[in-house]
Amino acid sequence: MTASVIEATSFPDLAQRYQVTGVPKTVVGDGVEIMGALPEADFVAQVLQAGA
Amino acid sequence: MYSPGAATDLQRRLATLSSPVRLVFFTQTFGCDTCLPARQAADRIAALSERVTVEEHNLVLDHEQVAEYGVEWAPALAVVGTQDVGMRYYGIPDGYEIESLVDAIEIAGGGGPALSDETLDALDALDRDVHLRVFVTPT
Repeated sequence: MTASVIEATSFPDLAQRYQVTGVPKTVVGDGVEIMGALPEADFVAQVLQAGA
Repeated sequence: MYSPGAATDLQRRLATLSSPVRLVFFTQTFGCDTCLPARQAADRIAALSERVTVEEHNLVLDHEQVAEYGVEWAPALAVVGTQDVGMRYYGIPDGYEIESLVDAIEIAGGGGPALSDETLDALDALDRDVHLRVFVTPT
């Protein structure tokens, strides 16, 4: 697993491509989107759903 | 610049690094207004610990390093300890996001991720590479 943090104001084109309307927003692969900061277990569950 | 209190706090956290950490910075010469402030932010963090160093490459010119670190845009920082575990920061690490970068430095420097055993077990079961893109703003 790898991770990039993208500071949205420096990359408005990426923010638009990934439809970032609020932060934090996490995009898992090119699929599942996680809005906000979730508890760890919930976050992992969403990541696993994307990886399934 | 950090306030004296903030600098002391970051310095204390970085003092716990058990191995050196390189901030591999990617810039580009033209069309990157945020590259210089991002480099300056990386330098400010590196100034707080002898174990943190910054090295610079050019996104357009340094093909070998761009391929090695899989960097897509500039400004970018690859946070690399004894191994490169794939942590990247794109943009200016400023405001609260300094915390995110210092977290990454701590992990790269041997601190390990502060995740529960349940999480580590669950992630062990992943059978393919997963990349997370976390969008933030420097609030």
